[in-house]
Amino acid sequence: MAEPVLDIRNLKVDFATRNGIAHVLDDISLTVAPGELLGIVGESGCGKSMTALSILGLIPSPPGRIVGGSIMFQGRDLTKLPQAEMRRIRGGDIAMIFQEPMTSLNPVFTCGEQIAEAVRLHQSVSPKAARARAVEMLRAVGIPEPELRANAYPHQLSGGMRQRVMIAMALSCEPKLLIADEPTTALDVTVQAQIFGLLDELRSRTGTAIILITHDMGAIAEMADKVAVMYAGRVIEHGPADAVLDNPGHPYTRGLLASIPRIDADPDADLPEIPGIVPALTDLGRGCAFEPRCPLATAACRAAQPPHVAMSADHSAACIHLEASEVPA
Amino acid sequence: MNALLSVRDLKVHFPTGNGGTVHAVDGVSFDIPRGRTLGIVGESGSGKTTTALAVMRLAPITAGQVDLDGTPISRLEGEELRKARPRFQMVFQDPFSSLNPRDRVGRIIRQPMDLLGLGDPAGRDRRVEDLLQQVGLRPELKSLYPHQFSGGQRQRIGLARALATQPDLIVFDEPVSALDVAVQAQVLNLIRRLQRETGLTYLFISHDLGVVRHVCDEIAVMYLGQIVEKASAADLFATPRHPYTQALIAAAPSLLPEHRRRGGGAKLQGDPPSPVNLPKGCRFVSRCPIAVDRCRSVPPDLRQVNVGQAAACHLA
Amino acid sequence: MAEAWAIFRRSPAAMLGLVILIVVAAMTFIGPFLYHVDPFEIVWAPLTPPGEEATIPLGTDNLGRDILAGLIAGGRATLAVGFAAAFITMVIGVVIGAYAGFHGGIVDDLLMRVTEFFQVLPPLLFAMVVVTLFQPTIVNVALAIGIVSWPQTARLTRSEFRRIRTLEYVSAMRAIGASDRNVIWRVILPNALPPLIVSATLTIGMAILFEAGLSFLGLSDPNVMSWGLMIGSGREYLLDAWWVVTLPGAMIFLTVLGVSLVGDGLNDAFNPRMRER
Repeated sequence: MAEPVLDIRNLKVDFATRNGIAHVLDDISLTVAPGELLGIVGESGCGKSMTALSILGLIPSPPGRIVGGSIMFQGRDLTKLPQAEMRRIRGGDIAMIFQEPMTSLNPVFTCGEQIAEAVRLHQSVSPKAARARAVEMLRAVGIPEPELRANAYPHQLSGGMRQRVMIAMALSCEPKLLIADEPTTALDVTVQAQIFGLLDELRSRTGTAIILITHDMGAIAEMADKVAVMYAGRVIEHGPADAVLDNPGHPYTRGLLASIPRIDADPDADLPEIPGIVPALTDLGRGCAFEPRCPLATAACRAAQPPHVAMSADHSAACIHLEASEVPA
Repeated sequence: MNALLSVRDLKVHFPTGNGGTVHAVDGVSFDIPRGRTLGIVGESGSGKTTTALAVMRLAPITAGQVDLDGTPISRLEGEELRKARPRFQMVFQDPFSSLNPRDRVGRIIRQPMDLLGLGDPAGRDRRVEDLLQQVGLRPELKSLYPHQFSGGQRQRIGLARALATQPDLIVFDEPVSALDVAVQAQVLNLIRRLQRETGLTYLFISHDLGVVRHVCDEIAVMYLGQIVEKASAADLFATPRHPYTQALIAAAPSLLPEHRRRGGGAKLQGDPPSPVNLPKGCRFVSRCPIAVDRCRSVPPDLRQVNVGQAAACHLA
Repeated sequence: MAEAWAIFRRSPAAMLGLVILIVVAAMTFIGPFLYHVDPFEIVWAPLTPPGEEATIPLGTDNLGRDILAGLIAGGRATLAVGFAAAFITMVIGVVIGAYAGFHGGIVDDLLMRVTEFFQVLPPLLFAMVVVTLFQPTIVNVALAIGIVSWPQTARLTRSEFRRIRTLEYVSAMRAIGASDRNVIWRVILPNALPPLIVSATLTIGMAILFEAGLSFLGLSDPNVMSWGLMIGSGREYLLDAWWVVTLPGAMIFLTVLGVSLVGDGLNDAFNPRMRER
């Protein structure tokens, strides 16, 4: 296993809200190696986007605050870097693409200008060279007639094209790590498949590590090497994608996988449901956050946070029932 | 003809700002038998939502006919249309914008009955409580405001509102696409249970193939304002005949072990062309992997390719 | 609504504004019962400074009229004109903006051209013309101010209506058989109200300034005491007797300040993003 590009250890982020302190991220530990794709999956509010913002040093503060842990990137702890240093890393060594490419591109500049601007922010090159680089990047992300499209304004492009422009901009400075937050949620399935193909090709070609944040288990299955399942601010299961998808340990992961309507499933049977709703982060008890919705819940689940139980060398889940029932040797 | 809803050659055209015409829906026909569900799938710009809105008489119909149980609802206007509205109701996509934030939930559900003068006031209040229970919410919740509910609960409220007038037909426009997976399953199961219990007829719009597979008896695939394939749910997924249907199914993210890390499914090139400047021949020709010369000049008709399966492709 | 009040209450500036308004209102409405002096009556020597004569705490103006009596009586007229003008502005602006925004198309084009026509007229000049054409009574002054200030409200209402019109709950209301009138007044308007309420408070402040301007130019009702009238008639004595102009000026300043602070507070109170705090 290669040295990880990013190593998050025991990260804790708190938000002060009117209803008290919310532990938005609670003891998150994740790593990504070069060329590896880590999927972070979970429902809205589980903390997956907050994890991305913490890596980029973009947690709104106040009300947010990193209260513990470290984010090691190229030998430096990002949680301790001054803002000026962080700015140099953002868009340079760590790039991010967002869900809505329409609102994340500036409507008054052409796509070429925006990519060139991003290049010049991090590399000292002439305007002409930056411009050439922009066209080259547009070609690299599969935009037809890149010289022409460089002069197009964002609204003149389709949603899929705009997302390609975002990716081109993100990759223009050859980042070591690309964070993609729901990059295809606003796109059609056929276009989503194109974008997935592009991301997959780019990481194998450039060795960029990718963190894919999504609510879609299908996207995880198609893309990820490793997956972290988050619930209520914690990673509740973590492991190689095949292991997590085929042999899920945590009852939440199992419920999530079962509740997806599948093309190949029996359409006459009702979908297995996870009852109830995600709890508010401000009124979590001392025990397992999933306990109120869990089919296996017992009194012990309410007593304390369940520790991660190893299911194999690199697959673990935070459920005390694993110990008793199905821990493989 | 025993169809509850019958749509014939429906067209919805909009003028663009600069003199062109958007052919949002361009000659769509289908029937839904009573108690059954027809799904319409397609990507953005396919016209699936506009079809739903036209059936609901919320988008202007350019041409064609919509009959509900023999009543030509496409020709009704004014008071006649208002009187017919209780019979067809809609559940909207966005659980956050489809409920008036200023009204309490009880009033939201009561409103259709108030507006259409159904029953007496006390009876309406009782019915609100029954409806809440029917969609799995506690009746006490009627005095809360929409923002106090989660997305899934709001969608249940929208469903209760649609049920309030005891309609024959409910039109669903992407009812679960804004919901998290776990909640989506709850709402989908509820939608199916209500149909089993009440014999409702559904028109179900979605972009998610897994969802329509789970809910629909028959499925129509739309592309650029037209139906390109129509079949029973089982046939459509087992033997898709139109290359676009095949591409959609291939591109849908799946959990199958053989699809792991394939980096997205079979790639359809490009984006759909704009519904303003339509190609002369088949509308799919610019993205079709198997197109031949004829496809560029002659638009294919939707024709029978199998028992109960029709496709608009020269090569199907 | 209770939530909005809770946010409003937390803002010291907004609460200060509210206190100012309450004090001014109390002074003008309760004042006459405690201080029985006719503001037009000549009570003492002209230009008596404040504090010199115990019975006339704020001195007299150039005609020997009691300044405090003027401030009390003038406040009533000024506030009345301010509120009445804002009310007229809101009625005209909301009705026109609502129909333009809701219907769109030709109705919208037509109404917006009318709105633009009113908007390009210089407001003060136009108001002066209206007041001189008719009698400069207090009602006409309020009408004149209303007629020149509605276009802004109309534009704001129109843009709110255009936004809300596309939301699904409006479609949902139509799907259950609601009439256009029902949708406009019962569904869209209540949801468009927060920015309109804010705009109304700011219109009050503007109308007060407007009234002062017209009075200063001698175009207001000469039979009704107002702060603007006091400034207008005392302006030549500013250098010799500061209090004649400064005291009513300070009242106008305080009132408009109070109104804007309250307006800002309401803006925050109705802003949903403030509620997350």
